Amino acid sequence: MTLTATSFPRPIEHNGLGRLVSAMSDILAVTWRNLLGYKRVPQLLVFSTIQPVIFVLMFRYVFGGAITVPGVSYVDYLMPGIFTQVVVFGSVGTAIGLAADLNTGLLERFRSLPMARPAVLAGRTTADLARNVFVVLLMAAVGFVVGFRVHTSAPEFIAGLALVLLFGYTFSWVFATVGLWVRDPESAQAAAFPVLAPLVFASSAFVPTNTMPDWLRVFAEHQPVSVTATAVRGLMLSGASTSDIVQAVAWSAAILLVFVPLAIWRYQRTA
Amino acid sequence: MNHIAIEATGLTKKFGDVVALDGVSVSVPSGSVLGLLGPNGAGKTTAVRILTTIIRPDSGSARVLGYDVVSNASAVRYRIGLAGQYAAVDGNLTGRENLRLIGLLTQMPRNTIAARADVLLERFELTEAADRVVRTYSGGMRRRLDLAAALVHQPPVLFLDEPTTGLDPQGRLELWDVIRDLVSDGTTVLLTTQYLEEADKLADNIAVVDHGRIIAEGTPADLKARVGSTMIEIGLPDEGEAVRAKSVLARFSEDVEPDGRKVRMRINDGARVLIDVLRALDAAQLTPATMAVREPTLDDAFLALTGRQPEPRESPDRQAVAVGGA
Repeated sequence: MTLTATSFPRPIEHNGLGRLVSAMSDILAVTWRNLLGYKRVPQLLVFSTIQPVIFVLMFRYVFGGAITVPGVSYVDYLMPGIFTQVVVFGSVGTAIGLAADLNTGLLERFRSLPMARPAVLAGRTTADLARNVFVVLLMAAVGFVVGFRVHTSAPEFIAGLALVLLFGYTFSWVFATVGLWVRDPESAQAAAFPVLAPLVFASSAFVPTNTMPDWLRVFAEHQPVSVTATAVRGLMLSGASTSDIVQAVAWSAAILLVFVPLAIWRYQRTA
Repeated sequence: MNHIAIEATGLTKKFGDVVALDGVSVSVPSGSVLGLLGPNGAGKTTAVRILTTIIRPDSGSARVLGYDVVSNASAVRYRIGLAGQYAAVDGNLTGRENLRLIGLLTQMPRNTIAARADVLLERFELTEAADRVVRTYSGGMRRRLDLAAALVHQPPVLFLDEPTTGLDPQGRLELWDVIRDLVSDGTTVLLTTQYLEEADKLADNIAVVDHGRIIAEGTPADLKARVGSTMIEIGLPDEGEAVRAKSVLARFSEDVEPDGRKVRMRINDGARVLIDVLRALDAAQLTPATMAVREPTLDDAFLALTGRQPEPRESPDRQAVAVGGA
């Protein structure tokens, strides 16, 4: 039984895939590995879905009665905001996962392997996208149970969910960068809240912005969480406004444009 | 086969103000084992990380099987395996899945990965546990899987960074056997260790690393020879007699050091001088309480080369722990 080759230098067996196909295959392998992680530690997924369910119930039944939104029932107003909030908060998981891999030394091993450099990050964010599909569908089901109704069409509803998933994927890259920067899961979590709380709460995700003071309203109406929630709301409730969708996609594209290279640069520099 | 498998010239690396490597050069012939021996913080791991393309040197260059670790890192990565204290396995995957992941990421032909994983699981006695999640593995099993993961793509050059640190004596012996098997199959190995015995047992050549520099290199026998030779250690009933014994024995060797009630001396012609030593002590009416004669070990070598025992450089937090525990 031979453990290693005896010839020197040894012709390297290779799967013969081209560079691009090979990179895709690396991304899929890392995605598979991360999804297995979710499967093996289901607590992670369970606890990360309990919090948004509580948000739905709290806003629907506790605060919702005191919030009036002209023209729509509050639960219909709320759910597109919840979808957006869920994926944004969930993206912290990307930072936690990467920071944990950094600590166990797994990233160290990956860096010594002949794999495509960005595959570790792309695989991580792809797995987190898959997790978001599950979480968003679950939230939609919870929404329907508490009275949420789509007022447009099925394709528009699906387009709305797709926009939410794009936004979540975008934030995964933001937090991939954060995770590589802070280097440990606890710090990643601690670093996330001060960034995410203003984005999620000083927004139109849960309440209309018209009662906010001017300085805050200007921020709240144009920041990415609000813009995305508004576009999703349009798609699900009143018919899509093209300009809203373009703005939402533009925000995601802009954030990706900054953070994908930044995360990859950080990954290559992380020693 | 006189090829040089690993060659490094003048590697330096700083982390902030800390100089981790200060001009390290090594040359490892194909099929041989180089032991990088040194205490914690000596720079061994930094050297391994440069040679495995994980980090770049500040200056100097290195080649593995002729490929430059910076400009041709990808070619190097196809040909090396890395295991040890910083390499790792995924606790949420089974042993088999971990090996499969490495097989995929080292671009092995897909249809060969499963069979290769089976061979390795069998060899490392992990077949029973192959489909258990690695979180449930013992430390020794994890370490064996870690080494197996480094071998999935049959790398001709293997880097082992403190492969047995933290293993119990039994686990250490088992791992030594595995490493010897790999070497007999023709693998070139660079291993780092803090254990002098380990370097002595496994390595063809040893480079002693201290403060980012190689302070000595040679075969284990060379290094022992450089230390001088036989060590005679004589214990006396009290310190006063030990001091007296030192002056009596000074004429046999320039290297006589008293240590409490003991006197240690190094001499080149051990057995013959020993009789004279005893006669001289007897003439001075000194009666040894204990006496030991031993051939030099690598511990002695380290002491002779650096003037101190090969103890790990204490990091500040470790000192704090030690103080707290005292």
